[in-house]
Amino acid sequence: MTSLWGYAFVHQALLAGTITAVVAGVVGPFITARNMGFAVHGLAEVGFTGAAGAVLFGFAPEIGLVGACFLAALAIGLLGVRLRERDIAIGTVLAFGMGLGVLFLVLYTRYATEAFSILFGAILAVSAEDVVWSAAVGAVVLAALVAVYRPLRFASVDPDVAEARGVPVRLLSVVFLLILALAVAEAVQVVGVLLILTLLITPAGTARRLTAHPGRVVAYSILIAVGVTVGGIVGAVYTSWPVSFFVASLSLIAYLLGRTFGARVRT
Amino acid sequence: MTDSVVQLERASLRFSGRSIWSDLSVSVPRGEFLVVIGPNGTGKTSLLRVLLGLQPPTGGSVLVHGHAPRRGDPAIGYVPQQRAFDPELPLRGRDLVLMGLDGHRWGISLNDRANRVRVDRILALVGAQSYADTPIGWLSGGEQQRLRIAQALVGDPSLLLCDEPLLSLDLHSQQVIVQLIARWGREHGATVIFVTHDVNPVMSVADRILLLAGARWGIGTVDRMMTSAALSRLYGTPVDVVQHAGRIAVLGADLGGHDPVAARTEDGR
Repeated sequence: MTSLWGYAFVHQALLAGTITAVVAGVVGPFITARNMGFAVHGLAEVGFTGAAGAVLFGFAPEIGLVGACFLAALAIGLLGVRLRERDIAIGTVLAFGMGLGVLFLVLYTRYATEAFSILFGAILAVSAEDVVWSAAVGAVVLAALVAVYRPLRFASVDPDVAEARGVPVRLLSVVFLLILALAVAEAVQVVGVLLILTLLITPAGTARRLTAHPGRVVAYSILIAVGVTVGGIVGAVYTSWPVSFFVASLSLIAYLLGRTFGARVRT
Repeated sequence: MTDSVVQLERASLRFSGRSIWSDLSVSVPRGEFLVVIGPNGTGKTSLLRVLLGLQPPTGGSVLVHGHAPRRGDPAIGYVPQQRAFDPELPLRGRDLVLMGLDGHRWGISLNDRANRVRVDRILALVGAQSYADTPIGWLSGGEQQRLRIAQALVGDPSLLLCDEPLLSLDLHSQQVIVQLIARWGREHGATVIFVTHDVNPVMSVADRILLLAGARWGIGTVDRMMTSAALSRLYGTPVDVVQHAGRIAVLGADLGGHDPVAARTEDGR
């Protein structure tokens, strides 16, 4: 069993997983502050459609995944400017996306295996090329977040005053959706479309139970995301059970621990 | 006139054909504490949004510090309605205040000493040091609103716009907030425009009252404005102003001055 650690696919999985977890850990606190869990799920499902469509038309599924996430993010951002409309806009776009996805699956039955990896993640199958791709997308997401960090945080937690201080609140909400689209595409390769929230919501949700210090929330969120991802890969390598099962389980445990003991340490 | 911080001349605002206010001509001198009252839907908040440069006036001219309102004008401080924060939100009072200083700037903030000193100083001024490191959602409405005041003042504004900052606060907190704002105005020569639906908490500090009443508007000192004759004329219906034990009650019109307990139940809070 220990001999498995010598294989390149394990190294690649750990590398791509860690990069993805760092990205998820940084984006997560913004998702929770903006109550955008539903949007994340919606983007991921539309991403599935994009991947299915790309395969059907002879492109790489990653391109379809990112492209569809991006288009859906734009659509959600432009349709649902106001918070109350946002859920409806997301729900409509995501249901349409899944409908197309089903159609693509039926039209191209050989796609079933790939569909399974996109729905549930396939981090142990990433190639060296995929690692480079992850790093590139991750770098873009992190650079974009650093650039908009302060006004985005202001707009997320205190939109009225942010607007009064001249922060372009609406523009930032579209920009953040685009950042989110990339982060979702990145996280799909580890945990898959259907388990996306376990990486993008739970680490940040746990971190905010542990501290109210905004900087530390990001740091804890990264640590938890990396911990559950690496733990998940290790668990899968030892047992040959799915990575996403372990990641989701570790996330749940972290969250429950955070809920139970968080209030005592949080100041 | 050159000393006017805010100058409106025949300014008007319409939303999809409906006139909110029109021919509004008001000159607010430096250091004045101007209270804006009026029934719901008469454009009190919209007036602040016009001054903040978030909403262009439909007609007339509006000048702030001698120029057209600019979005994100650093000379303006803004205090919004008290709106409870989520108890789980990872944000402390000092973070909220710091956002008033650099939250609109791009990029991330490195540990800026000068800004930290300014934040600490303003926290001391509003008396919020003891809970500045507590998650903001755990604080009472009055404590949160003190931090809001600090957030608005930390940039050292010469014009302070307050949009119903007393809403849902208890009487003691209302007094604390009003005194903080009034003292800042006096000591810094800053102008305050204070929107409220209850004149009682601000009567002692108000220089003038601007009443927006739909088709009409009026401006004057508290004594001149809060009379049965003045209000009846502005509303176009008989209105009675009753003074009792230093408090004002307005009868026959949808306007502040209620007994505070009645006003709170009316708000459904």
